[in-house]
Amino acid sequence: MSLALVLGALLAAACVILVARPYLREPVTEHDAIEGPGELGQRWLELSEVRDRALGALKELELDHRTGKVSDEDYRELVGPLRREAADALRALEPRASAQERVKAERPG
Amino acid sequence: MPELGRAALVATLGLVLYALVAGAVAARTRRRRLAESAQTALLLTFVTTGVATLVLLLAFARNDYSFVYVWELTSDQLPIQYTLAALWGGQAGSLLFWLLLLTVYSAAAVLLNRRASRDLTVWVVPVLATVMLFFAFMLVVVSSPFATQVAPADGRGLNPSLQNPYMLVHPIFLYLGYVGLTIPFAFAIGSLLARRKDERWIVATRRATLVAWTALGVGQLIGSKWAYEEVGWGGFYAWDPVENAALMPWLAATAFLHSVMVQEKRGMLRLWNVLLVILAFSLSIFGTFLTRSGILSSVHSFTESPIGAWFLGFLAFVVLGSLLLVFARLPLLRTRARLESLVSREATFLYNNLLLVALTLTILWGVTYPIVHEMFLGESRIVGPGYYNFFFVIFGLPLLLLMGIGPLVAWRRASLRSLGLTFAWPAGVAAVTGLVLLALGAGSSIPGLIAYSFSAFVLASIGLEFVRGTRARRALSGGSWPSAFAALVSRNRRRYGGYIVHASIVVLAIGIAGASLYDSVGEGRLTRGSSLAVGDYRLTYRDLVERPGANATLVRAVLDVERGGEQLGVVEAGKNAYTVERQVSNEVGVRTDYLTGEDLFVIAEQVNPDGSVYLRVFVKPLVNLLWLAGFIFLLGSLITLWPDAREQRRLAVRYRGAEAHADS
Repeated sequence: MSLALVLGALLAAACVILVARPYLREPVTEHDAIEGPGELGQRWLELSEVRDRALGALKELELDHRTGKVSDEDYRELVGPLRREAADALRALEPRASAQERVKAERPG
Repeated sequence: MPELGRAALVATLGLVLYALVAGAVAARTRRRRLAESAQTALLLTFVTTGVATLVLLLAFARNDYSFVYVWELTSDQLPIQYTLAALWGGQAGSLLFWLLLLTVYSAAAVLLNRRASRDLTVWVVPVLATVMLFFAFMLVVVSSPFATQVAPADGRGLNPSLQNPYMLVHPIFLYLGYVGLTIPFAFAIGSLLARRKDERWIVATRRATLVAWTALGVGQLIGSKWAYEEVGWGGFYAWDPVENAALMPWLAATAFLHSVMVQEKRGMLRLWNVLLVILAFSLSIFGTFLTRSGILSSVHSFTESPIGAWFLGFLAFVVLGSLLLVFARLPLLRTRARLESLVSREATFLYNNLLLVALTLTILWGVTYPIVHEMFLGESRIVGPGYYNFFFVIFGLPLLLLMGIGPLVAWRRASLRSLGLTFAWPAGVAAVTGLVLLALGAGSSIPGLIAYSFSAFVLASIGLEFVRGTRARRALSGGSWPSAFAALVSRNRRRYGGYIVHASIVVLAIGIAGASLYDSVGEGRLTRGSSLAVGDYRLTYRDLVERPGANATLVRAVLDVERGGEQLGVVEAGKNAYTVERQVSNEVGVRTDYLTGEDLFVIAEQVNPDGSVYLRVFVKPLVNLLWLAGFIFLLGSLITLWPDAREQRRLAVRYRGAEAHADS
């Protein structure tokens, strides 16, 4: 019984030390803020999702066309808008993209 | 050492409480060291819960009956593998197992995402800690596996039906599935709490969701195999509430895995996906509540159960809390993308989702109706297989057909000329299959005939996808057919792995239809030397033998099997009498024809003192396709799960770019 209690106490002590480790390692720090993408990075992330989606759709259409799932006529109808969408998305991610371009990139199809 | 087990669980409780409070404060105030500390606390729960589990396993291995839990579930005669597996054989042990798996999943989720998705993980930690807190609290306060007593000489033994090799793995898979659904739930809720509009939570949980879904699927199939061989009523799925408890979250997760693709490809269904994740997780908690609260026996045993009310309270908290959060974050979940056509890939996903959710809710109603009825009107009611079978056919057949239609339809919209190009072959194959089967006499079951025709359609459409894809790949980069095929699958793992999973569902459907709609049954009392004919088979009762087993006495009727004048050998069916447990189990005899997938299934219903036996015999065509489907399912899932370096690189660029544009 005593061994079990000693082991239990050791386990608890180890847990406390490990949980407190970030503060033991850096008792005082000026950089205690969680780094993250922030508002601008978040916006960039959303736009990259739009870009990846547009590029993915183009890739998918190419594959569907090559495998005969999409006819030549349908391919010609669909590929134009998808290319424009992908181009808009890529332009919106450029550093000097205007707010108007960013809004345009987020618009569906 | 029960004290060490108790202390370890108390440590887990303390750690998750800290992870919850510190994690929530850190996320709100964006304090890095506090967040790291909360994450460490969450990771350490794996160690403390692991210690508690180890203590209990050691108690099982040593048959230490001073542990009440060990005494209740084992005996000196019980073989070691079942003694150790008794860990999850009772209430407290299965809660401990739930918690252990949750700590494993949580540790993996935190370790894999804390750098790549720091600001989301910060919000996920308190959500995971909340779920853990519930289970740790139950184990410390309500249902401890470490209760002790003065050790009796021997244990009470394990329920004989659990003494089966399938029971060694079935609960592990099932729990891996139930518990794994916590991860997408925690990330979805964390993403909402963090007010994020991006799809990071989906990317972060894709693999965990697939692992949980695969495990739940495989676990159910193993459970069916166990029921088929051990419970011995002649079937593999009885729409029992315990079985339904696992099926419902699996169906909801299946719907999610499809609809999430629509969000990834088209940016649609954001709200729907979050709701599906909440539904799947809530159903996994509901499933654990159903099996562990005693409510299935009666409302009275539920009120007497120590854990029932706690589970119900937690379930209500999860559902209401999640829905309130979703409501508060509705503007973030709005999407501008619209369905362009009702004939498009995304539309077929939507139809598939509606059918899956409808089937899930139908089963949920079937499970809850008897409980609600007894609770309010005081009378128990039974919802029988007829109810479930009806809706299974109504929703299942269109679902089966959609599996074939989906791959043939392009994203965004498909014209009639495109559909004509792609549908011709599969539709032709389905029509020919239907006609041939009709000519062969399969018209005795219309649902069966439809199921087989639809199955042919789906298999043809999947086969066509592989052939056309390989041809296109070969035209693009040359090489041999096998290398083009390998490159096709390797570059599009999710798509082609998914098709293999679809093929497994078709094989499963063929097996279910064959075994349920085209089976033959016969029964009768046989004396030595007499025969019984069922289907093409003739069984002749040769002898009754008795022999000792590891912890039971085995009685078997020995039957000679003959088909079309050819002797096929012997099949044995009978009963096991377990001495310690004082229970008798049915032990069925099965003769498998591996060429046709057919089983001859014999149940010795009665073994009479005069040496005669009363037999019930089934001939089950194609039933072995069910188990084959499990292997195909696993293969497809593994292909889908296998990491894709190209996609990893693309995602890394996306998230590094976001960090580079950080303004804080």
